[in-house]
Amino acid sequence: MKATSRAFKDNARRALGDPQLQKALLNLRTGFAERRAHAVSQLPEWEKLRDEAVAIKRHTLANLDFYLEAFEQKVTAQGGQVHWCRDAAEANAAVLAICRRLDAQTVTKGKSMVGEEMGLNDHLEANGVTPVETDLGEYIIQIRHEPPSHIIAPAVHLTKEQIGESFRATHRALDPARRLEDARQMCDEARAILRPRFLAADVGITGANFLVAETGSSIIVTNEGNGDLTQTLPKAHIVLASLEKVVPTLEDASTILRVLARSATGQEFSAYTTVSTGPRRPDDADGPGEYHVVLLDNGRSALLGGEFEDMLRCIRCAACLNHCPVYQAIGGQSYGWVYPGPMGAVLTPSLIGVEAAGNLPNASTFCGRCEQVCPMKIPLPRMMRHWREREFERHLPPRTYRLGLAAWAFFVERPALYRRAADWGARILGYVGRARGRFRALPLAAGWTRTRDLPAPEGRSFMSLWAERVAARKRA
Amino acid sequence: MSPSRDQILGSIRRALRRGALAPEAVAACETRLVTHPRNLIPARARTLPPRGQVELFVKMAEAANATVARVREPREVPATIAAYLARLNLPQRLVRAPDPALDALPWSAQTLLETRRGIAADSDPVGVTTCFAAIAETGTLMLHSGPAGPTRNNFLPDTHIAVVRASQVVAAYEDGWDRLRAAPRDADARFAMPRTVNFVTGPSRTADIEQKIELGAHGPRRLHIVLIDDGATT
Repeated sequence: MKATSRAFKDNARRALGDPQLQKALLNLRTGFAERRAHAVSQLPEWEKLRDEAVAIKRHTLANLDFYLEAFEQKVTAQGGQVHWCRDAAEANAAVLAICRRLDAQTVTKGKSMVGEEMGLNDHLEANGVTPVETDLGEYIIQIRHEPPSHIIAPAVHLTKEQIGESFRATHRALDPARRLEDARQMCDEARAILRPRFLAADVGITGANFLVAETGSSIIVTNEGNGDLTQTLPKAHIVLASLEKVVPTLEDASTILRVLARSATGQEFSAYTTVSTGPRRPDDADGPGEYHVVLLDNGRSALLGGEFEDMLRCIRCAACLNHCPVYQAIGGQSYGWVYPGPMGAVLTPSLIGVEAAGNLPNASTFCGRCEQVCPMKIPLPRMMRHWREREFERHLPPRTYRLGLAAWAFFVERPALYRRAADWGARILGYVGRARGRFRALPLAAGWTRTRDLPAPEGRSFMSLWAERVAARKRA
Repeated sequence: MSPSRDQILGSIRRALRRGALAPEAVAACETRLVTHPRNLIPARARTLPPRGQVELFVKMAEAANATVARVREPREVPATIAAYLARLNLPQRLVRAPDPALDALPWSAQTLLETRRGIAADSDPVGVTTCFAAIAETGTLMLHSGPAGPTRNNFLPDTHIAVVRASQVVAAYEDGWDRLRAAPRDADARFAMPRTVNFVTGPSRTADIEQKIELGAHGPRRLHIVLIDDGATT
């Protein structure tokens, strides 16, 4: 997928002024966050489970080479195949080679963020294979030729009116006068359209939430059942997985599963958790004849042992997106690549370079909600700070920004001077703004005042008031 | 071996600033895979007596939008299913998995119910399956593929009906895994993973349109559980 992360500021500005998007984003605040909070409140062991989930991933990452080799051995022993791919190009080639060998015309796809990262759909289409997204949200954005805006709810940025229009424009064979007003009708229409596609597909491609070294299995967690129809009906099942998805045992996967659905959708357990191991057995009643795991590195192995290693614990639950004030304001597409929100702000520079994605770790208020709700306790704000430091060290931010920061640093490193300057600044601004109580425009502060007023200070700085209070208490 | 494989493994070791794992570390990892130790399991179901686990299973399954009918004897199952279909005004036509446990039930006594044994087709409105275990913790069914369990039978039909015996109810996912490990499947009577293990919690659903939950996305619109209180756990 082509990154537009460089244009983050323009993307964000456009997003803030888009009334449809703003309306759609309102659904996030009441939906995900409340449901997650309720699910967590129902499980007294929540914090302990988080700690155990973190410990499992830490152990796995420290021994990643062992567990990947053990996983491959088990897959092979059961008649499957692991394809090791250093980058997206290798992974795309591996998938295409399987499709070509099986003479595949169409492939069905369950939602896979690794597939988005690879740009797999474009690659297949360019080579004469038709990919059909089957997750409802992915299907909607596929027919609209858009990238996903959320890692578990790809069409969360759209209103039902926009979706209805796209259905009418795409499903031309249906009665133009049909009713298509609510989610139920659209859901039924997509179900009817996609059912024959499931039955006709030659190859089924899914992602993976986990790979299990103990058994050579891949696990997907879904609610719609599309991932299951995708992998059960065709001749071959291809699993797209990045290498940090491996865990040692079924017990370890079970522990992380307990925190995954609750963090993601606030469900006790997703409707379908499916463990797939190899191709169908000789006496099986159904199932795919081939099982392939496309194992993608794409820069992840280089993150081990460094300050971004913790990011490899991420289980893609999207809790950090759902609780992020910046994501809630601008939606996912503004981030300009596959992974939005706080996890994307850390992962994107790691995978496509800080030169292309340096804006993302700056798009944070550092409120810390993301780290609080992360089931894997990933220190997202700290890592965004690391990226800001690296960006600064490489002289990537614009000159005015660097000069401003240098000027600010000059004062901050001299506390007495800083306090005096802040106190005078507050007094002057308070005096000038005393009539209105706020500023509509202010020199050097256009970045703030372009979209909102700046409240006028009420005369004194916090530090000087605080000093006065401390002095008064000492006297008393 | 492919050059990419060696390069990826090499890159992992370089980043971790070590060569191949030391023998004692390898031994520790191998032991973990063989002994698959349990992690923390929530008290919710684990601390309940078997009867309590059955009640919790029913409560959690219903909370996930499944419906549950309870019978005393296996022979009551076909009539219960026919009554369920009639009550919802659904077609009296079902496909049942080629499972000996289902073969043993008195289907022919239901003269209005059309039953077929085999693999589900797109045109089958109702699929009946058994299950391997039922997880009390979250009201989850555990099914697996095999000669008696075509996976599509619990995904293609609009209505999925699962026949569950109370003795199949266990506390947690880990108990389900242990039962599966204890059920030898291959010719040498060793444990072998089935191709597919499905954990099913309620019917299919989506919230992809404006975060509004709709049941029946691509999989079954309804999940009905017929629970046989066979007393094996009392």
